[in-house]
Amino acid sequence: MIAPQPVSLTVNGSRVRRFVEPRLSLADFLRQELGLTAVHLGCEVGACGACIVNLNGQPVHACLMLAVQADGMRVDTLEGLSDSGSVAALQEAFHTRNALQCGFCTPGILVVALDFLKGCSPGGTAPSREAIRDALSGNYCRCTGYEAIVDAVEGVAKAACATQEAA
Amino acid sequence: MSAVTDSPSRTRYIGQGLPRPGAKRLLAGRGRYTDDVVLPRMLHAAFLRSPYAHARLGSIETADAAAMPGVHAVLTGADFVGICAPWTGTLTHFKGMRSAPQMPLPADKVVWAGQPVVMVIAESRAEAEDALELVGIDFEELEPVVDLDAASAPDAPRIDADAADNVLFRTRIEAGDTARAFEGTWSVAVDLRFGRHTAVTMEPRSLVADYDPAEERLTVHQSTQTPYQFQDIYARHFGLSEARVRVIAPDVGGSFGMKLHLYHEDMAVVGASLLLKRPVKFTADRMEAFASDIHARDHRVRARLAFEGDGRMRAIEVDDVTGVGPFSAYPRTSAVEGNQVVRLIGAPYRLDDYRADLTVLVQNKVQMSQYRAVGHPIACAVTERLVDLAARELDLDPFEIRRRNYVTDDMYPHKTPSGYTFEKLSLAACLDRLHDVMNYPALRAEQAALREKGIHRGIGIATYVEITNPTPAFYGVGGAHISAQDGCVLKLTPSGDVACAISITEQGQGSEAIVGQIVAEGVGLDRDRVRVLTGDTETTPSGGATWACRGAGIGGETALQAARKLKERILEIAAAILQAETGSLDIRDGAVTDADGSPRVTLTEVANLAYYRSDLLPPGVSPALTVAHHFAPRGYPFAFTNGIHGSLVEVDTETGLVRILKHWVVEDCGRVINPLLVDEQIRGGVVQGLGAAFFEECRYGETGQLLNGSMTDYLVPMACEMPDIVIRHVETPTKDTELGAKGCGEAGTAASSGAALNAVNDALQPLGATVSQLPMTPERILRALGVV
Amino acid sequence: MKARAFDYRRVTSVAEALDAYAACMGEARYLAGGQSLLPALNLRLDAPDLLIDIGRIDALRGISIEGDFLRIGALTRHAETLSSGLIAAHAPMLNEAAAFMAHPAIRNLGTMGGSLALADPASELPACMRALGASIEITGPAGTRNVAADDYFRDLFETVIAPGELLSAVRVPLGRPGTRMRFDEIARRRGDYAMVGLAAHLALAGDLVETARLAFCAVGPTPTRAPAAEAALAGRPLGLESIAAAKAALAADLAPDADDTLSAAARMHLARVLLGRVLSALGDGPQQAEAA
Repeated sequence: MIAPQPVSLTVNGSRVRRFVEPRLSLADFLRQELGLTAVHLGCEVGACGACIVNLNGQPVHACLMLAVQADGMRVDTLEGLSDSGSVAALQEAFHTRNALQCGFCTPGILVVALDFLKGCSPGGTAPSREAIRDALSGNYCRCTGYEAIVDAVEGVAKAACATQEAA
Repeated sequence: MSAVTDSPSRTRYIGQGLPRPGAKRLLAGRGRYTDDVVLPRMLHAAFLRSPYAHARLGSIETADAAAMPGVHAVLTGADFVGICAPWTGTLTHFKGMRSAPQMPLPADKVVWAGQPVVMVIAESRAEAEDALELVGIDFEELEPVVDLDAASAPDAPRIDADAADNVLFRTRIEAGDTARAFEGTWSVAVDLRFGRHTAVTMEPRSLVADYDPAEERLTVHQSTQTPYQFQDIYARHFGLSEARVRVIAPDVGGSFGMKLHLYHEDMAVVGASLLLKRPVKFTADRMEAFASDIHARDHRVRARLAFEGDGRMRAIEVDDVTGVGPFSAYPRTSAVEGNQVVRLIGAPYRLDDYRADLTVLVQNKVQMSQYRAVGHPIACAVTERLVDLAARELDLDPFEIRRRNYVTDDMYPHKTPSGYTFEKLSLAACLDRLHDVMNYPALRAEQAALREKGIHRGIGIATYVEITNPTPAFYGVGGAHISAQDGCVLKLTPSGDVACAISITEQGQGSEAIVGQIVAEGVGLDRDRVRVLTGDTETTPSGGATWACRGAGIGGETALQAARKLKERILEIAAAILQAETGSLDIRDGAVTDADGSPRVTLTEVANLAYYRSDLLPPGVSPALTVAHHFAPRGYPFAFTNGIHGSLVEVDTETGLVRILKHWVVEDCGRVINPLLVDEQIRGGVVQGLGAAFFEECRYGETGQLLNGSMTDYLVPMACEMPDIVIRHVETPTKDTELGAKGCGEAGTAASSGAALNAVNDALQPLGATVSQLPMTPERILRALGVV
Repeated sequence: MKARAFDYRRVTSVAEALDAYAACMGEARYLAGGQSLLPALNLRLDAPDLLIDIGRIDALRGISIEGDFLRIGALTRHAETLSSGLIAAHAPMLNEAAAFMAHPAIRNLGTMGGSLALADPASELPACMRALGASIEITGPAGTRNVAADDYFRDLFETVIAPGELLSAVRVPLGRPGTRMRFDEIARRRGDYAMVGLAAHLALAGDLVETARLAFCAVGPTPTRAPAAEAALAGRPLGLESIAAAKAALAADLAPDADDTLSAAARMHLARVLLGRVLSALGDGPQQAEAA
């Protein structure tokens, strides 16, 4: 038998300590150990994007990382981003535009979109629809046909790039 | 943002493009899907699957696996004999259909690569998979039946040893005299192949079965569209009282028809919970999803069309051959798709002479059955390809030949030669609207100008007619326990809100949202005060649930009539309180009003009084504020919708890659309840159809192995490859219901692949090339061009 | 789909990594970004006894100029490769190639060293290394050696790295004036493995192509050089004529296999189309494509 190993990491702002099997993926750790079920498993090979979370502030597939690898790191899931309000503008735009149906891909898409919007600042050039589609190129959505998602992200991006006087 | 146009016939709520109340929860990561359900003492199942497409099962060695840490049981076919009655996927109205009985795990042979053979139940999924590695099975390989021609060869190995051949179902439809119609007139022919594809829901199939022996009670949490159907199946096949079987469908991460079929793993998990008396969970991983979720399509259709020199269509002859896997799916069978193909071909056009042959074959591949837009994309592509070819022969514009041949507005109700009856369609109106919205003449001019520069654009259109709102004519008459009615229970709560429990289900399309709108409208209160509950057989009335585009049309009408009943009850109580005639009162904005709209008493006050001070009501007036209503359509067997798609593509003739530049849809789903949601159904459906057109195909090797059963190898459409999609609505409400709504969930998928096929062929036409196979891959386009 | 059990050890120096490997009684694997290894583990296609996590070894990080070389540390993430100014200045085909590599979230973890050690012939970086004339720095118990990219790839997923050795960096020779390079590929969807990809590196003297290095991906078991096409370009001006000659010569260079979606003939055809497009772009756009 392989001994469990200690991990200590910051998840959604809280310090978390556990002993885990080395083979446990970060995705299964977040879901099973911490109950963070916004992390969805759609393929477990990094293709679908449903499990994407922020690792030290950057989107990564939680299925392609071990929990033990994340020792000492900071992980933010949609639950945390939602509680902190940092994804509120996107949530609002997605709701208004109905940029989701079943919702299974949505957490990963929101994490990726939030990262993409870092490139938007007041007075900046709003990204093209092609650029938005490119940023989302690794996220499967089987329900919407993507257009509403692109619309929603575009709306938030335009608002973020508007100068403060115009906003 | 694209503008959502409200329906012209909108009222306060019906026809309004309102966001879904339930979506906020999903956007906050608070969705609760089946795999999120964790129960005390829950165990996890994993399956050893057959590596062979066709093999006899020898001895199975399980002792080492059973001794592994965390393992509670290792089950094989024999363990289910006696606790589970076999199931057979046939319907009596498909005359002559036959299929082999199925059990959770096989006893003597395996019939597709990926078939579950041994089940391990352990403390964790990882431990269950560890144990699977130690199971030994002696397989004796048999010759697999893989492609269509091989399946029908006289000396083909038989998958079902009790059957005379590999034909699962065969039928012929014949009207008029096609042979005579083809004499001495123009004709065109097609030989089209449609790839096998699969649903690829983002959330794979998942269920947790929890049997409590103390109460002999089975609770199943399951990612499904049809909880009532599964309640019936589990009760009947495991010999349980239906009242003690509860099926709960929590949030469902996509379904598209795939999650309403019975899977062997479902029965094995329920059986295991009965045997172990503990909750057992199974969530398919993505490899398992490709190897066991139903597949669909896989047809070869040869057809020809006779027409006159003036473009008038005379007759169509069809030969459709499809291979559906080793047996027929349960309980809806694997013959419905083929049946709908041969009945829908030619449907939008005036035709008297029609003949179609359908042959449904078994093969050693994953079972096929109903997936979004069952049969429609095939029927549409065949018909619309024929029509375009005829137009080309006569040098007619594609719009013009359709205009000359559509069933006309004075012909309704219209019966097709294949036996479908249309109440009323809006074919010409949709065609004209598409012509406008595409700005068709400008597109043609641009196409011509670009051709001069060596840029090959194509424009294609495709008309569809879609089956929605099915009556028992669909399944019930064939003996299936599948409800064609829906039920709705409405309760005015003591505080004056409305709680609604309804039998249609939610998979993200917005069933709950539209029911909330209809109930709010029907009762007369704010939508935020209506709470809609779905997906639980214990707390909602039994009904058909959501499939075949019946949610809005049948469920919506049920909700509307239930709302009328509740309103009547409220008014009766209010009339007693106010000492007025019920007929002189109305409910608006949450208050009982006079006929002129002036408020008299709020719903909160009425409810308060009925619940807490019923002593104040006159003796003859009931205080009941809960009503139930059930509804099934009684008029036409189906409510047909129609519409038309336009596709603009650019073919890179050097690489064979196609860029989809734009797509248009003009659709008529009757009364639009929520245009925001209808548009999203259409868009999502279009993209699934474009997947079929360009990307999606389950490819098999010669030995019956699925070659691309992973998300990296089975290509579905992604954001970068998909176009923006323009949608317009024409509304022809059905008169069979007061609501007038028909379905819209399949309209996007029904014609987008056909429109794309016509568009690509339009682009290739000046180069003398033709594509006749979906998906239109670079290889196939390069071959069509003669480049390779 | 859960990985078989394995042990895990995180190391902080190359020496510690090599020791951990040597001490492992069973099969050990170095774990860097994990974007190819983790899928293989999840699918149980690979099941080592020990993972040695080298992801936090500082010595394997960093992009720097060392003499005549651009040194790129093995742990350089694809996202860094995509955006690095030093790479843009000296080996811009790598920026271009990184943009084709999967999707943003994968690029945030996937590494240069991981991609080259895996040596998937369909992936972008191996072909780039051959086109750039780079060398691969390999560190093992016996010390560090540098292997020319042309000698590094041996067969399908097979390199000269011996068990226990690890890929520590790559060294790309600095371009001189007149160098033009480009990476492009033809794929069915954004981020998919290419049907065919091409890394092209031209050294020009005035109008004449002095040397050409062309390396294709997805046309064979290893990234594949195209010597006949290279020869067809050498000593001639880059133009319609020489491009046509290179395309014609390509038949002698490549013998791609068929797979179940693409015939050998179609793949050969696409390689020829891509070669024409890449060379035309290099001819048209020296301003954009020329290295500093």
